[in-house]
Amino acid sequence: MIRYTAIRLVEIAAILVLLSFIVYALIGLMPGDPIDLMRSSDPRMSAADAARLKALYGLDQPLLLRYAGWARQALAGDLGYSRLFSVPVWGALLPRLGNSLMLMLPSFVLAFALALGLGTAAARRPGSRLDAAVNLFCFAGISLPTFWLALILILVFAAGLGWLPASGIATAGINDAADRLRHLVLPVATLTLVSAASYTRYVRAAMREALAQDHIRTARAKGASEARVVLHHALRSALVPVTTILALSFGGLVSGALVTETMFGYPGMGKLIFDAVMGNDYNLALAALLLAAAVTMAANLAADLAYAWLDPRVSYR
Amino acid sequence: MICGDGLFKRLLSSVLLMNVTGEKSCRALGRGMMPAAVLLVCAVIAPLRAAERDSLSIGITQFPATLNPNIDVMAAKSYVLGLSLRPFTVYDADWKLTCLLCTELPSISNGLAVPVDLPGGKKGIDLTYTIRADAKWADGAPVTTEDVRFTYDVGRNPQSGVSNAELYRRIGGIDIKDARTFTLHVDKLTFDYAAIQDLMLLPAHIERDAFADPAQYRLRTLYNTEPTNPGLYNGPYRVSEFVGGSHILLEPNPHWAGPPGRFRRITIRTIENTAALEANLLSGTVDMIAGELGLPLDEGLAFAKRHGDAFQILYKPGLVYEHIDLNLGRPALADLQVREALILGLDREAISRQLFDGRQPVAASFVNPLDLGYTDDVPRYRFEPIRAEALLEAAGWGKGGDGIRRNAEGQRLSFELMTTAGNRSRELVEQVLQSQWRRIGVDIRIKNEPARVLFGETLPHRRFDMAMYAWISSPENVPRSILHSSEIPSEANGFVGQNATGYANPEMDRLIDALEIELEADKRKALWAEAQRLYATELPSLPLYFRSDVFVLPKWLSGVRPTGNQSPTTLWITDWSAQP
Repeated sequence: MIRYTAIRLVEIAAILVLLSFIVYALIGLMPGDPIDLMRSSDPRMSAADAARLKALYGLDQPLLLRYAGWARQALAGDLGYSRLFSVPVWGALLPRLGNSLMLMLPSFVLAFALALGLGTAAARRPGSRLDAAVNLFCFAGISLPTFWLALILILVFAAGLGWLPASGIATAGINDAADRLRHLVLPVATLTLVSAASYTRYVRAAMREALAQDHIRTARAKGASEARVVLHHALRSALVPVTTILALSFGGLVSGALVTETMFGYPGMGKLIFDAVMGNDYNLALAALLLAAAVTMAANLAADLAYAWLDPRVSYR
Repeated sequence: MICGDGLFKRLLSSVLLMNVTGEKSCRALGRGMMPAAVLLVCAVIAPLRAAERDSLSIGITQFPATLNPNIDVMAAKSYVLGLSLRPFTVYDADWKLTCLLCTELPSISNGLAVPVDLPGGKKGIDLTYTIRADAKWADGAPVTTEDVRFTYDVGRNPQSGVSNAELYRRIGGIDIKDARTFTLHVDKLTFDYAAIQDLMLLPAHIERDAFADPAQYRLRTLYNTEPTNPGLYNGPYRVSEFVGGSHILLEPNPHWAGPPGRFRRITIRTIENTAALEANLLSGTVDMIAGELGLPLDEGLAFAKRHGDAFQILYKPGLVYEHIDLNLGRPALADLQVREALILGLDREAISRQLFDGRQPVAASFVNPLDLGYTDDVPRYRFEPIRAEALLEAAGWGKGGDGIRRNAEGQRLSFELMTTAGNRSRELVEQVLQSQWRRIGVDIRIKNEPARVLFGETLPHRRFDMAMYAWISSPENVPRSILHSSEIPSEANGFVGQNATGYANPEMDRLIDALEIELEADKRKALWAEAQRLYATELPSLPLYFRSDVFVLPKWLSGVRPTGNQSPTTLWITDWSAQP
């Protein structure tokens, strides 16, 4: 197990190095740069100013040279400054990371809890009205565009009923937890509904398969209660495939949710990564994307290790 | 559905029909559903909204990357700084240059502007300004010439990251007379010599440490590291809360000596999606949508149809000039007859009327009718498709069997039309252009690109046939960068310059050179008129219209006066007030 984990960690490190180069190259290959855009919006900015700023930001250097400089700095633990926000990368990243975790963690937990309940209930009574209702919920959740759902929630609960704030992270000038929570309700609800729909499909499918297995029949024949059969025996088997899906979704906790953040004017990681990539902010984009990739891969490793606990037939040597 | 159909329908219809401000909407909403709960909410919300009239929440679609006035160019930054930082000079809503931080505009007649002869036969000018006696930073420190000297040092240093250093390059030196008076020695005498809005003062008493290493200044400036430091602002308001990507809260500058602002708190909230921005307005989360950074005209018109009764909606055509650049390097477009046929084949009035409710006036040339240099004595092109077809015939383009014209070599009269992908208004206009030009036998293939590709790559390398976009200018902005032959981007000059059409006419060059240095307004007007006539005759680009900004304001707000130029309305925040 230890050897397996060590090998996987080395693999993750190698992938991150490769990924850093690919991301750097892709951003660099995009035509135009932020100084060109700045110039197009300010007719008085001269060509000399544009050239000076490109040199100042290092945008006049060949791509490979810039990447080598970044890699050297990063290996020394210095991720540099964000060009877009003119602050150290961590200064730009950490507040957004905190915001994203506050948004994504509750959505993740709520969506999974909802999916577990609905998926299990539907799997126990396939073909029933409940199953049909759950299926309808799933298809609606998967099909509805996130921006539309967000807009409807804003129109109903903020514009219509006036119960909740429509956007932002907090009321300006107010710094208390209750206010922050009120601002989280609608974006969390949007993400929960969208995520729960797809998770429910996986849980339902996995649960149906688990409930049809021989050991479940044996457990029932031995007189185990329905609750014990479902929660102890079937759920454990069903969780193996679901764990993979959850592990892959884990990266989303730190990479944010671009559409939801945009609709609710919520400053999270999704918007930060988008702006950094579009604004050629290499330092910030790389740090954010590598962080998201590292978390996804670490979660995947954790999921692989969890299989051994969930399924006694699995072992790593 | 969680709510049940009836409730859901009622909610949506109340949303669509809603009057947001206060009790009226609440009453409408209350009819027929959960009456007790809704009335309870209304009872709580309505008085709160009434009591909040000493605060104002403004929705915009962009968040400023930095608040340092001299680093980066962003409309969102100008909007926020309009509330909190005074420039020396600005163009006001009547497009007149006025002093904000200075006491008097220098002019040759008042003796504060003195032309001087420079070595090499050049003309320069010495300009003397005096800072208002009551100008103070929000920490109580007076605004002094020490700040002017420091700002000049920062602006002149090539490492400091100042975006537009042109003015600083032109200022050869500064003489400090006393704590409030200084003289700038400018090495070029231009007609707009008194305009120094690019000299945005930095507070020396708190920013000097950040400039110890000039190359690090853009990273260490307090505008980035401590944006709520009151010493950074000298306007009627100061930034008191800065939540990156979300909102900025401003409160009155306690040391502001001018007329006081009427609001105790102003929140600038960023919501990039315009549909969400509208929903925020309807919910009361924001009170108004800024015209400078808000709804595009088509969305503004649609909003006005749905909710126009509940808001004041102002339309202001401005200096954003929408046009179609023609690449004169393409043989067909190099022919003036073809260019003339193209504009005669366009019904621009109908486009403005049908798509923009007539709110975007059709342009005759690149100069806005509000500008001092404007003349209406230029060739004008109405929709004349028969004349357009005759011109194309005369140019050797006969109609083929498929309705598209061909020349003697059998080449089709076919062009690629580009614009910024995702801009819905422009994409709509493109479809109309395509259809109108097809009727005179011109084939148009639409090929749009993201803004960064179009402006960063395609236009500088002149890899286009036709490109529809906007030029942003300022009052009496001399069109050197877009029409002077020295500004044609090419491999030889590293693809810099914004004259993407490749227009080269010695007469236009002469007019531009003369315009810059002509001090007499009447003579300058004559030069402007000649330049416009030449442009409208030669048509290096096809004028479309001047873009309008849409300001969506609450009915209780008064005093907002859109400028139509690059000065944000917020510069005159002290004129804004809430009516009972």
